[in-house]
Amino acid sequence: MAYIKVDENLPGIRGLMHFRPETAQPMNDLAEALLRSENSLSCGERELIATYVSYLNDCFFCQNAHGGIAQHYLQCEVSDIDKIKEDYRNSGVSDKLKALLSIAGSVQKSGKSVTEEQVNLARKEGATDREIHDTVLIAAAFCMFNRYVDGLGTSAPADRDFYIKRGKQRAEEGYAHYDPRN
Amino acid sequence: MAHISVSENIPGIRSLAEFRPETGKTLYALAQVLLRGESPLTPAERELIASFVSTGNQCKFCADSHAAAARALYKEDRDLVSKVLQDASKAHLSPKIKALLSIADKVRESGKAVSPELIKQARRAGAGDRDIHDTVLIAAAFCMFNRYVDGLATWTPTDPKAYEEMGERLATKGYTLNK
Repeated sequence: MAYIKVDENLPGIRGLMHFRPETAQPMNDLAEALLRSENSLSCGERELIATYVSYLNDCFFCQNAHGGIAQHYLQCEVSDIDKIKEDYRNSGVSDKLKALLSIAGSVQKSGKSVTEEQVNLARKEGATDREIHDTVLIAAAFCMFNRYVDGLGTSAPADRDFYIKRGKQRAEEGYAHYDPRN
Repeated sequence: MAHISVSENIPGIRSLAEFRPETGKTLYALAQVLLRGESPLTPAERELIASFVSTGNQCKFCADSHAAAARALYKEDRDLVSKVLQDASKAHLSPKIKALLSIADKVRESGKAVSPELIKQARRAGAGDRDIHDTVLIAAAFCMFNRYVDGLATWTPTDPKAYEEMGERLATKGYTLNK
């Protein structure tokens, strides 16, 4: 049971977006601009950053929802996503993405934890200003989404297949016109 | 120097909104509805929560600009703001706002740190669903804004006058990217 009265058929952020559509709209517009609009980082890479930060924040709903979307874009298994979350440095992702995930991991702790060294390393691996900017903002935004979802005690389905099925739908429909009831 | 090349002399989040207007306009829209839209909490109370969380996160730009906005909105009660930021437990606040600030402080640590007991306390002090919802989302949103501003090492003015002007603008014009 969530801490406030939301429709209990709508888990995680869906119940909250249904409770308060006025704040849901700019949050969905932000997600669309960050995760889906034209970008030199692929949708799969951006969803991986979202998934990794949600994993660090121990937010079950967000890490599985976005893990499911990442898995759909990257056409891999959920176990591959799990491996990246747990140890991205020894995963098959590109060196540039590794450097960006390291920045995202620092943002998760605090904005001030990001070092010049980390930014320089990302640049050396080919990251642009836009990519560094978007990585920091994706990581920061998920520090919001995760706190919103867990801070109001929302429920999350335990069955991970639930998220995989929905991941495909979310990837196809996007965030901008998101209807939390579907 | 910021980590990415943004206009010098434009402080904090404004430099980032200029760098990337597509995300900037959604962030300003969120701040406007969250801090100025219809709510059982006054804009002054909501700015206080924003500054309180930013102070906890040691983000000077957000802490000082939203403290200035809160002062401008509290008007004759403006001295309350510094007292809350120094030690909320000693400030002269309603039990409801005190309980909501305790929730905001836990959200700052982690969403999972908010306990059912804290929520009960807030309800006993008169907080309703919307008070609790708005408090959690304001606190969560400033965990984003603070990380965004500091994670890219944007320019943070040190002159208190600069923040007073920002506070006045936020109190009268709200969150708009227009000059």
